[in-house]
This record gives sequence, structure tokens and C-alpha cells, in this order.
Amino acid sequence: MKKNFNSTLSIIALLGLGFLFLLPFFWMVSTSLKPLNETMKLPPQWLPSSPQWHNYPDAMKAMGPFWLYTRNSLVLAFLNVVGTVFSSALVAYGFSRLDWRGRDGVFFVLLATMMIPFPVVMVPIYGLFRALGWIGTFQPLWVPAFLAGAFNVFLLRQFFLTIPRDLSEAARIDGCSELRIFWQIILPLAKPALLTVALFQFMATWNDFLGPLIFLARENQYTLALGLQALQGTISGTPWHHLMAASTLVLLPVLVLFFLTQRTFIRGIATTGLK
Amino acid sequence: MAKVLIENLYKIYPGEKGRPEKVAVDNANFEIQDREFMVLVGPSGCGKTTTLRMIAGLEEITRGAIYIDGKKINEIPPKDRDIAMVFQNYALYPHMSVFRNMAFGLELRGVPKDEIRHRVDSAAKTLGLLEPDNLLARKPKALSGGQRQRVALGRAIVRNPKAFLFDEPLSNLDAKMRVETRTEISKLHRKLNSTMIYVTHDQTEAMTMADRIVVMRYGKVQQIAAPLELYHQPANLFVAGFIGSPPMNFFTGTLSASRQGTLAFIEKVPAGQTPFRCALSAETSRRLSSRQDRELILGLRPEHLQPNSLTSGVTLEATVEVVEPMGAETFVYLRTGGHTCICRTTQIEFMDLEGKKLNLGPDLSRAVFFDPQTEAAIPV
Repeated sequence: MKKNFNSTLSIIALLGLGFLFLLPFFWMVSTSLKPLNETMKLPPQWLPSSPQWHNYPDAMKAMGPFWLYTRNSLVLAFLNVVGTVFSSALVAYGFSRLDWRGRDGVFFVLLATMMIPFPVVMVPIYGLFRALGWIGTFQPLWVPAFLAGAFNVFLLRQFFLTIPRDLSEAARIDGCSELRIFWQIILPLAKPALLTVALFQFMATWNDFLGPLIFLARENQYTLALGLQALQGTISGTPWHHLMAASTLVLLPVLVLFFLTQRTFIRGIATTGLK
Repeated sequence: MAKVLIENLYKIYPGEKGRPEKVAVDNANFEIQDREFMVLVGPSGCGKTTTLRMIAGLEEITRGAIYIDGKKINEIPPKDRDIAMVFQNYALYPHMSVFRNMAFGLELRGVPKDEIRHRVDSAAKTLGLLEPDNLLARKPKALSGGQRQRVALGRAIVRNPKAFLFDEPLSNLDAKMRVETRTEISKLHRKLNSTMIYVTHDQTEAMTMADRIVVMRYGKVQQIAAPLELYHQPANLFVAGFIGSPPMNFFTGTLSASRQGTLAFIEKVPAGQTPFRCALSAETSRRLSSRQDRELILGLRPEHLQPNSLTSGVTLEATVEVVEPMGAETFVYLRTGGHTCICRTTQIEFMDLEGKKLNLGPDLSRAVFFDPQTEAAIPV
């Protein structure tokens, strides 16, 4: 009886929270289908009186070269995901499964870099990329991804630490080199963690506004996040319905990706070769 | 097929943050003959696993040397030592099928595909991985503990290595599987006819499987001998107490001259208690003559202490504390004037002896004597 009551209670709480989290999303989609005059109405109108599907093609047109922005975003996201996953995994391997003098100290320094907010280093980084002659190119937006990020290294290291050492040792006796252990034993077993890192990185790159804003120069290099700006605060006011329609479109790939990968996230890992 | 030589082997872990260094293996010296089944046994932390891992190449050698077939292997990486190892938790690759788990080592060595298939199939057949169910396509998580253990064995067998190393391979199995797998490994040893080095903390495994046993404690080798020699002629108190279950009984006492000109052992007891005393044979007396009036420890296996026995004409009176019927035999835990002891007998089957007095007859011809200072056995 009590158990039932408790689970009912938690279901109600979860539903409440879920509803709360869904509300902004719902508002965005709803607004994207309204005519402009209904978007800012008071009291708020929950649903459009009649859905304006043409808002979507209109918004795409208003943004400028939508498909070009999409391509730019996709290229950057792809490079960032590949670079981050590979480099962070390799670095995390070094921090978790190899013994070397000073390892923990270096790891601490790496973690410390997480404490520095991006705006603090923005200017020196800009100077660095300018010295390299990379301003106005895509390089500043993807090359750093191949140099591993502290957070992802931390995440993967924690995961790698849970993989029993015996597996590496068995592989070593079987004839694996260190790199092969990484590649053939550790990486396949770390799939859920790698996928998590990939998804985080995809979202970060996809949603990144500041990076493209400061490093890119020409409009044909813009990403979607930057492109959305075109709909904001134009002289005639913000076209909320278009902005929301475009936002929905930009958000869609992230949503799809999450649903595709969530099973792997939640399943976790089966280390059942052991015990 | 290989001979393994361990020479002045040390493993010293440097002390971290001001703590003293830890000597895990302290000057180990022994030789494992070709085709020998050698068991390293000892309580946890005795250095047996560290020794095995140094043979495998998973642990660096601090000092000393290991030779396989006369070749020093200190600096040779594990993969080139031509050894295979079975881990305590099997260490099967969770993402690979049983077949690939077994084939992986061969693939890395560039063995041709049909040869791999042939070897894996034949090992799988030997280990019963094909009948009644063909398990080769399964992932480790779909196997039972015993099956995983056999896959781990198979992974070692297919490699056809010079030596097999086992690191407590049975400790994750339940009691019944453990006994089964124990005999299976023994059979396997006979069939493959190869050198096997086996680490365990379980003296029963050591006794039943080994050709010879190395007993270790605190990183030091205590004794190297065949199982029965270890049992009957332990080199010191530790080996005597560690090998055999229930363990050997120890009585502290002194030797004094008796009227017959021989020596008598007199138990050391707290004031007010009557010690048990027994006359030693003429031969034993001669052997121990230099220790007259000095303290020493008498060791006696539980089976050499029989109730109401008159074998030696000596009796030892003790109070029964606990009776453990095992079926075929019974363990009786007793208290004498100054000691507790265990008697292992087939003569008693009833249990209502607790608190009663029992006369025990020690078979002194089987007794082992130890020096209380050095703890070493006094040589025969």
C-alpha cells in the first residue's frame, strides 16, 4: 500500500517536472505556428488560432542562406565530434590506465583549466589565432577540438577507471600493444561514455554562438546559431514567429540525435565478462 | 614446455608520502621443472600473486631474475614470453564472442585463419564448450561462471604456450564447481603435459593439484616440497599451521629427563592446572637431547590424536568444547590444561559430548617438534 502510494507520488512529481521542462519547448513550437500578432498577446494565447505552417519556409528565407548555414554547422559539428572523442579518449587513457610519474599533478592542472571561463581567455585566444592567420577561417572552430577538452577527458577518465585492469593485462599477454589495447579493448567497452561525449560536443558546437561570432568574418561562413541572429531585433522589431520557427528547425537535429542515442546512454555498460 | 627459474627475486614497492617501502617478494629462489604443476600458496599479501605477475611480465622485477628455458626474461614484454595466464575474474573481453575471446591472441600473432579455427574448435571440444550447447558465438555475459572459467582456460590453451599461469582461477566459483574445475585442470595438466604455475590461498587446492608446492609468507618462501612432504614434514610452525585442515595442534612445553633416562614432554599450563606429560621414545629423546630443560613446541595433526586410544600408552585428558560431525569423520574441539586442540576421528559420531572429559591418545611417532624462538622444525 505504502509502496504504491510512494510510487504514485514520485510519478506525479516526475510528471510535474517533465511538464515544467517541456513548457518552454512547447511555447517555442506553439509560437512558431502563430501569426505575428498572436505571439505577444496578453493574456498569453497557448495555441495558435490557426497553425501558420508557412512560417517555416518564411523563416528560412528570412534567415538568408539557410542551407549553407546548415552545411557549415554540420561540417563544424562533425569535425568537433570526431576530434573531441578521439583526442579526449586518448588523453583520458593516459590519465587512467597508464602509470607515469607526475600523472596526478598534471591531471590536476588539466582540471584547473575548467575553472577558467571562456570570456577570460577569449581575447588572448583571439590574439593567438590572429597570429596564426586563422581569423576568418573555420580552423579556430575545429582545430582545438583535436586537442582534447578537460571536461571530456575527466568524464572519460572516470569511465575508463571502471574498466577492470585485468582486461588490459589479459590483452597485453595476448599480444596487444598499448595502442591496440586502447583501440580494441577500451574504446569498444567505453561506447556509452564516448557517445555521451559525442552528443555533448555536438550540442556544444551546434549551439555555439560566441565562437563563430568572433572568429568568422564572412556571412557565407556563418553557422545556424549565428544565422538565427538575422531574425533578432531587426528595425521593424523581432519577428517572433519566424525566430521560433527557425529555432525549432535548428533544434530538431539535436532532438533526433538524443532520441537515437538515449538507449545507449541509459543501458550503460555490460562488464559482465568479469565475475 | 618450459623450465622456469626464479633467482634472488625481489619486488619492492617504494614507500609513498613518507611511508616505508613495502617488500612484497623477498629473495625468492626456486625452480619449476618442465611439465611440473607448481602451486604457490600462502595467505593474502604473501607475495604469491606478485611473483606470478612478475613471471607473466605484468609487474616489474625490482631485483633478481627470472629465466624461462635458460633465457633471462626480465626485460622481455609479456607477449614475447610465450606464457598464457588465467585470471581470477577470467578477464574475458565483454564485447567479443567466446570464439573471438579465444582467437584474439592468435589473431595478434598472425596465425592463419583456418589454423585459428582448428585450434579454437579443438580447445572448445576439450573443454565442453561445443556440447551440449555450442557457446562459441555467445558473449561472456550470456555464460555461467563455470562456462566463463572454461573459456578463460580455452583462451590459454589455444595459444599452446610454454607455461600456463593461473591466478586463483577457482575463487569465484561456488563450492561444487570449484571441485569439478579443480579436477578438470588437473586432467588438463596431464593431457597437455605442460608447465603450470598456479597461485591460490586455498591449501586444499594446493594439496590436491600440485606436484610441488611453494609456501610463502610475508614475501618469503617458507618451504618448497611435494604435498605430502609438506604435510608430514613442515619446515616451520607457519607451514605446519597453514597446510592441513583442520590445522595442526600445537602444545608448548618443556623437555625434562624422566626416570627411564629418556625425555618427557611436559605441557606448559597456567598455575593450578595439571599439565599433560608424555614420555618420548628413546630415539626421539636422543634427537632432542640438546634441548633438555628448554621450551619447545610439539605439533600433532588432528588425526594423530585419537579418543580412548592406547597406541602410545600416553593419554591426554581434555574437555570437549565443540563437536562438528562431518559425516565420514568428526572434528572434536577440545581444551587441555593450557591449550586448545582439535581431534579428527572416525570413532565418534554422537554429538552430546560437549563439556565432558575425553581421554585422547596422541601418536607421538608422528609428532613434529619446533623451536619456539626460530619457529623452525627441529630436524629428524
